[in-house]
Amino acid sequence: MKSEEKNVALSPVTGGEPAPRARGPGRGEGVHSSLFTPHASAPTGFYTLFYKEWLRFWKVNVQTVLAPVLTALLFLLVFGHTLRNVSEPYPGIVYTSFLVPGLAMMTVLQNAFANASSSLMQSKMTGNIIFVLLPPLSHREFFFAYLLAAIARGIVCGAGVLLVTVWFVELRFEHPLWIIAFALLGSGIMGVLGIIAGLQSDKIDQLAAFQNFIILPLTFLSGVFYSLHSLPPFWQGLSHLNPFFYMVDGFRYGFFGVGDVSPWLSAAIVAGCLTALSFLTLWLIRKGYKLRH
Amino acid sequence: MVPAIQVEHVVKRYGALQALADVSLDIAQGEFFGLLGPNGAGKTTLISILAGLNIATSGAARVMGFDVVGQYRESRRALGVVPQELVFDPFFTVREALTIQSGYFGLRDNRAWIDEVLHNLDLTDKADTNMRQLSGGMKRRVLIGQALVHKPPVIVLDEPTAGVDVELRQTLWQFIRRLNKAGHTIVLTTHYLEEAEALCGRIAMLKQGEIVANDTTQNLLRLFSGCYVKLKLEPAELPAALRPLLAQESETGFRLALKDYIEVEQVMATLRAAGAKVLEMEVQQPDLEEVFVKIMNR
Repeated sequence: MKSEEKNVALSPVTGGEPAPRARGPGRGEGVHSSLFTPHASAPTGFYTLFYKEWLRFWKVNVQTVLAPVLTALLFLLVFGHTLRNVSEPYPGIVYTSFLVPGLAMMTVLQNAFANASSSLMQSKMTGNIIFVLLPPLSHREFFFAYLLAAIARGIVCGAGVLLVTVWFVELRFEHPLWIIAFALLGSGIMGVLGIIAGLQSDKIDQLAAFQNFIILPLTFLSGVFYSLHSLPPFWQGLSHLNPFFYMVDGFRYGFFGVGDVSPWLSAAIVAGCLTALSFLTLWLIRKGYKLRH
Repeated sequence: MVPAIQVEHVVKRYGALQALADVSLDIAQGEFFGLLGPNGAGKTTLISILAGLNIATSGAARVMGFDVVGQYRESRRALGVVPQELVFDPFFTVREALTIQSGYFGLRDNRAWIDEVLHNLDLTDKADTNMRQLSGGMKRRVLIGQALVHKPPVIVLDEPTAGVDVELRQTLWQFIRRLNKAGHTIVLTTHYLEEAEALCGRIAMLKQGEIVANDTTQNLLRLFSGCYVKLKLEPAELPAALRPLLAQESETGFRLALKDYIEVEQVMATLRAAGAKVLEMEVQQPDLEEVFVKIMNR
């Protein structure tokens, strides 16, 4: 038995003698009873919640990983075939090659969002969120565990899309670090948005509204299927207000070394959004927003 | 010795609704304590405040001396809660659910204790079964197991036997009694008052968010009910002098409510004086249900 458990002198099974009772502290001072371990390993709580969230999607990977990869392949098949003769979005880059990073990023974003939002909303609906709320997890542990799991699912799904499509489409990997950076930042933002949506939603239709009226339009209008340069000036200007555009454009820059805006600008905007949203979400969880009443 | 649970002037409001009104309560370590009250009295709200699921509007609550807000890590480690609702995570097996719950409490390798808990709750052969495939009673046992994985000194059971069959109820109470004997403080809410009477050393009753009674079970039984005398008479007519004591009249006889056992002799004297013949007589102990009804109707 681990040393942290040695203090637990009491075993209901063996009918052991009650452990010595703790002496009373002053008001609010607390007491370390030998019946439990007041300073058990704190990171274990965070790791366990992350691992639980990982298991939650991995156990149903046909639904959570294979299905999104298949959807991306269908997009590639349909759009790649019907638009194969359109002009090259960037010089020397055919449309199907241009499309693949966009589809991979769209998969990353949608799955990172889905992981955090559906897990939280379902836990609230079924009531099993209580298992996470009763233990001594801090708001930071709660937040980062859900966030990391969302990032993990996003990356796994995005990598799945690339692994499958790389056999059919010519892809370059000009700046792998940018690819990794934008995959992490993008999935991070969507993970945070997923946590907010999960906290906010009490029912499936509320979450569906969040997904259908905010996430989906912003994703589809982010340049997944087209280059911003092909749009009229008004829509180009409007697209610059969409933070999802910077995630997709920066990610695509990592593959081809060209983009609609500088990757540094994209990285700054995406990182800024992630930081602001993270602070907001940490504050919401700390307040117990729609968790602790 | 620091109380296992300390509640000081706790008020909880949900908008205009006051769920708890200035509730103060101490529960000593090692007690088997009953928290009774009708639906909506505030029992679950009080438990939720202790568990950190609800936040009190004002007042303070402590578990083993630890403030549930300021020292939430310590207070939650000291508390195991069996929730009222039959909740479970459908993605996991019984063992996985218990292992994950251990991990939340910072326990990396808790296998030996989990095996003991599974054994005690008669779940060993279901350890690798998915939660979805368990019956309601089995799920209830897993909930108890999840509340015990971190060996909390204080265990709160919020209506643990609701919808549970008699056999499981007996097994469950044996186990909980053993935990109490081993030093755990048990706080029980239940609508089965005979269970509370049999198990709890002390009982508090909540009504509309206020504690309206808080005493040992024996004192509560004595204080409010006295005793009852059930009589079958010949002729089957109650003397007029005893009419004020009549609690119940049926084909089988009369049930008189007495303030004390000493009144039994006075009843007999009155009957003798009236020339009534006693065919059958039974002195009945008051039960908690009667006490409960009386207190709630005050």
